[in-house]
Amino acid sequence: MEHYLSLFVRAVFVENMALAFFLGMCTFIAISKKVETAIGLGVAVVVVQTITVPLNNLVFHTFLADGALAWAGLPDVDLSFIGLLSFIGIIAATVQILEMLLDKYVPSLYNALGVFLPLITVNCAIMGGVLFMVERDYTFSESVVYGMGSGFSWGLAIALLAAIREKLKYSDVPEGLQGLGITFITIGLMSLGFMSFSGVQL
Amino acid sequence: MGVRKFLDGIEHHFEKGGRYEKWYALYEAADTFFYRPASVTRTTAHVRDGLDLKRMMITVWLCTFPAMFFGMWNIGYQANSIYAVNPDLLAAQTDWRIALISLFAGFNPGSLWDNFIHGAAYFLPIYLVTFVVGGFWEVLFASVRKHEVNEGFFVTSVLFALICPPSIPLWQVALGISFGVVVGKEVFGGTGKNFLNPALTGRAFLFFAYPAQISGDAVWTAVDGFTGATPLGLVAAGGMEAIAASGLSWMDAFVGTLHGSVGEVSTLAILIGGAVLLLTKIAAWRIVAGVMLGMVGMSLLLNLIGSDTNPMFAMPWYWHLVVGGFAFGMIFMATDPVSASMTSTGKWVFGALIGIMVVLIRVVNPAFPEGMMLAILLANLCAPLIDHFVVAANIKRRLARNVQ
Repeated sequence: MEHYLSLFVRAVFVENMALAFFLGMCTFIAISKKVETAIGLGVAVVVVQTITVPLNNLVFHTFLADGALAWAGLPDVDLSFIGLLSFIGIIAATVQILEMLLDKYVPSLYNALGVFLPLITVNCAIMGGVLFMVERDYTFSESVVYGMGSGFSWGLAIALLAAIREKLKYSDVPEGLQGLGITFITIGLMSLGFMSFSGVQL
Repeated sequence: MGVRKFLDGIEHHFEKGGRYEKWYALYEAADTFFYRPASVTRTTAHVRDGLDLKRMMITVWLCTFPAMFFGMWNIGYQANSIYAVNPDLLAAQTDWRIALISLFAGFNPGSLWDNFIHGAAYFLPIYLVTFVVGGFWEVLFASVRKHEVNEGFFVTSVLFALICPPSIPLWQVALGISFGVVVGKEVFGGTGKNFLNPALTGRAFLFFAYPAQISGDAVWTAVDGFTGATPLGLVAAGGMEAIAASGLSWMDAFVGTLHGSVGEVSTLAILIGGAVLLLTKIAAWRIVAGVMLGMVGMSLLLNLIGSDTNPMFAMPWYWHLVVGGFAFGMIFMATDPVSASMTSTGKWVFGALIGIMVVLIRVVNPAFPEGMMLAILLANLCAPLIDHFVVAANIKRRLARNVQ
């Protein structure tokens, strides 16, 4: 239990997807103007990440990894070279299903997220989470915790950024820096603050 | 009223179309330094209050003085105590400040004057560089962007100078305050529009860019070639017994005769300034109380959990209070009205977050022995979101109240 808890905390704070690895920047910057929308997107990422990371873990260990096809009588086959392809396919399928569900049951969130929900498909944070899972050789239960933690880390970061940007609406930014420029500076300063977790040993 | 007359006499040069139009920000700064601004609110909605931004900032500035003067004496006391034991070290010093000090004073740790001059020779250059370089950026932005030079800079500069280690190279001071003022504040439009504490932003920048000169054991005394661990470093290495073995009592740490950054050493002097800030309601008592509660709660919890491998777990809360930058951060940094939470409930949460984080960073993060700076920066990041939730909850509660 303690192992899973420390894995979760590490995924959320120490290895924050957005502020330590700078993954998923496109949506991170584009959808962080309003806190409500940002939280909605954050929740969507948590859900997608919690589903896709374990799913890909299953697929990887049943079909793709070296010797994984032993159960089918093919112990010498190594399919890990099509890993990237199958991961992205699974992510895309999951997002499609999630989109249909949101459209049916939470239309307000569906409308608020607009075109960006399909974009979760190519959100680097999602793909990054899956690849980290493969690289670090997580077990199935570890991948559930890691998926939830890394998704939550990204959601937390975007909610913080959105709140700061709402506050910055009242600031007086020099012309050349308005918009994207000041957002990049803000994110840089945020990751300076998140440095407090770097080096935490759990 | 000679000054008023003089200022009025030269005012037309600085107004629009005048000869020194570009320098209006400087003129305005000098004018408001001597007199209160003549502008008054003309529309109907306004608040009459004796406390304006200028008075508020100057009060904070004055409140740092006990910590500042004690800090200067302490630098001298620490350095002279070392020289008294080890005269060879004094002869080996090549720093220009030593020559300067010997013009005015000796090196006797028992003498108030010697200690004070010694400290001043180290602190005043740091403060001067902070003030000149930071002031340069402030005035540059004010002239180009046509806003006024704000008294907030007094506070930023003195706070920044007070959290530098005494032996820091002066070019780093210049770099740090430049980053703090420009990236931490001015790119957002100046005082009141930033979201991080500018002094801490500059300090954090130096901390990560030049760790050798701002952390470790060798930087906390103004003596070249002397290594003396801070109490936090001692505990991390050897537990609470290590502090006792070094001869440092709790009372020493409370009064402030220990190694450390210039202004952070004396909890007593900081609390004197803090009391004034709290009485005049300039510092929000909710934040200070929140920081205290969070710190006490978290360290009690960690004491309870305990650990065989990490002696920091056993550090009691009253030691957390007196060592490192905790007191200084709690009184002067956390209560920065711009970067802290604005709502009353939010202030409790904001403060508690700092208190919890500072203990966590000190105890479970072996990379950093001290955590006050990073804890406050992290809480600054969270402040807008905390406020958002408090406001949202408030709206929800009121809506619910009015639905019959």
